[in-house]
Amino acid sequence: MTATADTRTAAPLVRLTDAGKNYGNIIALQGVTLEVGGSEVTCVLGDNGAGKSTLIKIIAGLHQHTHGSYEVEGEDVRFDSPREALDRGIATVYQDLAVVPLMPVWRNFFLGNEVRKGPAMDIAAMRKTAKQELLDMGIDLRDVDQPIGTLSGGERQCVAIARAVHFGAKVLILDEPTAALGVKQSGVVLRYIIQAKERGLGVVFITHNPHHAYPVGDRFLILKRGRSLGYWKKSDITMGELTGLMAGGTELEELHHELEAAGAEDTGLRDVARAFEHEVAELHVGGSSRQGTPPSDSTGTRQEPPQP
Amino acid sequence: MSQTVDVGTPPAPAQDERVAQKSTLGRLLARPEIGALAGAIVIFLIFFIVAPPFREPSSLATVLYVSSTYGIPAVAVALLMIGGEFDLSAGVAVTASALVAAMLSYQLSANMWVGIVVALVAALAIGFINGYLVVKTGIPSFLVTLGTFFMLRGLNLAVTKIVTGNVATNDVSDIAGFELGRKVFASTFTVGGVGIRITLLWWILFVLIATWVLLRTHIGNWIFAVGGSAPSSRAVGVPVNKVKIGLFMTVGFLAWFTGMHILFAFNTVQSGIGIGNEFIYIVAAVVGGCLLTGGYGSVIGAAIGALIFGMTNQGIVYAGWNPDWFFFFLGALLLGAILFNNFIRQRAEASR
Repeated sequence: MTATADTRTAAPLVRLTDAGKNYGNIIALQGVTLEVGGSEVTCVLGDNGAGKSTLIKIIAGLHQHTHGSYEVEGEDVRFDSPREALDRGIATVYQDLAVVPLMPVWRNFFLGNEVRKGPAMDIAAMRKTAKQELLDMGIDLRDVDQPIGTLSGGERQCVAIARAVHFGAKVLILDEPTAALGVKQSGVVLRYIIQAKERGLGVVFITHNPHHAYPVGDRFLILKRGRSLGYWKKSDITMGELTGLMAGGTELEELHHELEAAGAEDTGLRDVARAFEHEVAELHVGGSSRQGTPPSDSTGTRQEPPQP
Repeated sequence: MSQTVDVGTPPAPAQDERVAQKSTLGRLLARPEIGALAGAIVIFLIFFIVAPPFREPSSLATVLYVSSTYGIPAVAVALLMIGGEFDLSAGVAVTASALVAAMLSYQLSANMWVGIVVALVAALAIGFINGYLVVKTGIPSFLVTLGTFFMLRGLNLAVTKIVTGNVATNDVSDIAGFELGRKVFASTFTVGGVGIRITLLWWILFVLIATWVLLRTHIGNWIFAVGGSAPSSRAVGVPVNKVKIGLFMTVGFLAWFTGMHILFAFNTVQSGIGIGNEFIYIVAAVVGGCLLTGGYGSVIGAAIGALIFGMTNQGIVYAGWNPDWFFFFLGALLLGAILFNNFIRQRAEASR
């Protein structure tokens, strides 16, 4: 558990120190320390219910922390609304809330930040800017007037990211941007994360997939049941260790045995068990050989309890 | 949603070869009001053929007048539906506004305009309460406004009986300020020997303003957004609650306007009228292509929807058919329009 010793003089863009959140007497998040500076990607990993969403909501201004401190550029803050966080340059792109599907791409791009010309909007300028900005990020759209729902999931995430970058975000919070995406689409989004980083933005990348996190991340925070399991720089942890910590190797193995027993009567379950067997074997091999490889197909076998 | 009403489209610099195949027809079919327009033309032709009196200019004026009295509140109801909400209290809110203005001015012997202004405040308050309850409780607007619908219905009758001892208000035509009120809300002017009611002009004005706001301003962008996905809108900083409350208050405003027309057209107000009209406003909006779930639709479509209602309503009389069948036709029309809109929308989506 290496707590990062910050050697830079400038304050990081976002720093949480020992932050926590209680909902009444329920402790949703406890003792989380995290920071992200410009041109840095901090990955937050954790399984369902680990407290990732609570953490995002605190940073994004939807909820307030009840313990610890939250600093933006060295200044103690407590946001009452997402708008306040946005005004400080903290933009959040949610997995399923990124865009309004029925609206055209350009309307989505400028939603909440419309360019005005007198009482009306400057629609020609907005169309042009949206097309250009997306092109700069490498998205070549056929028509910015098409409903954004007609784009693929990856493209939608990319539009949302491009939008945040265009409107002066200094820190991007990405809430599981690759969770619902296929392998290729995930690759597109990961490339955008690198691009945003190269533009000097700080990125907080929330995911439950270490294969997506490791190639792009500079620091890694693992959450489990509302607590921090640790916080590492990339140089201090390997892909294999990360995967092992994240998934909890022993738990996975237990699950495998359970499934195998149940699978005796059920061929579908047996297939799931086999997939887990594969996953567990991978964990034991360790990650050294897989380090830096592009995101693999293993997203297909998530650790969701199958319904018998 | 906004393609065809472009102001000064630049001469398409470097046309993308992938959009070239999208035809003008495809673009037209993708518009929300296209189904209603086709329906309106068909219904017009049917009555034009089967009902000789329907062809008279004066009949057309009557059709347009009837359409306008439903079309004015339908403008706001369509905006609200695009914003993702319903208002079942709109019909009785019209009556409530008229009752407030009539009773206040008559009972206090005040100038008519005092009543008019107080009624406006009351109508906006009804809209505000509807909106506030919906955004604060998160209860579907269908239920909230169903509640306020029954409350207003009861209030209209009970308070009118208490105040006037009757189910209708007293005649207000000799109160000071009545003439001006009639000029504004219920006058008639003649064009080429045909009497045109002023509500038609107001209707056109409201449709134009609402369409401009919806397609050209950031408020319109927000209306589409809160109806399409309120959480997404909130996440990018759109004031979702304010937009929704504003939309409910717009319904209140146009309900007030319609109420004023009724008051100045008939001098007295029956406390029981208006019940059921809320559905006609919704029918107009849906026939006009507004998506029931929000985020898609058009005010012009709702206007065409109201026109279809007006034509059917009057056309049946002109054709000499038994008017008992009217609601059957209205229901069939609604179903047909929904099926047609679905079909068109699917085709438009597929052609992309």
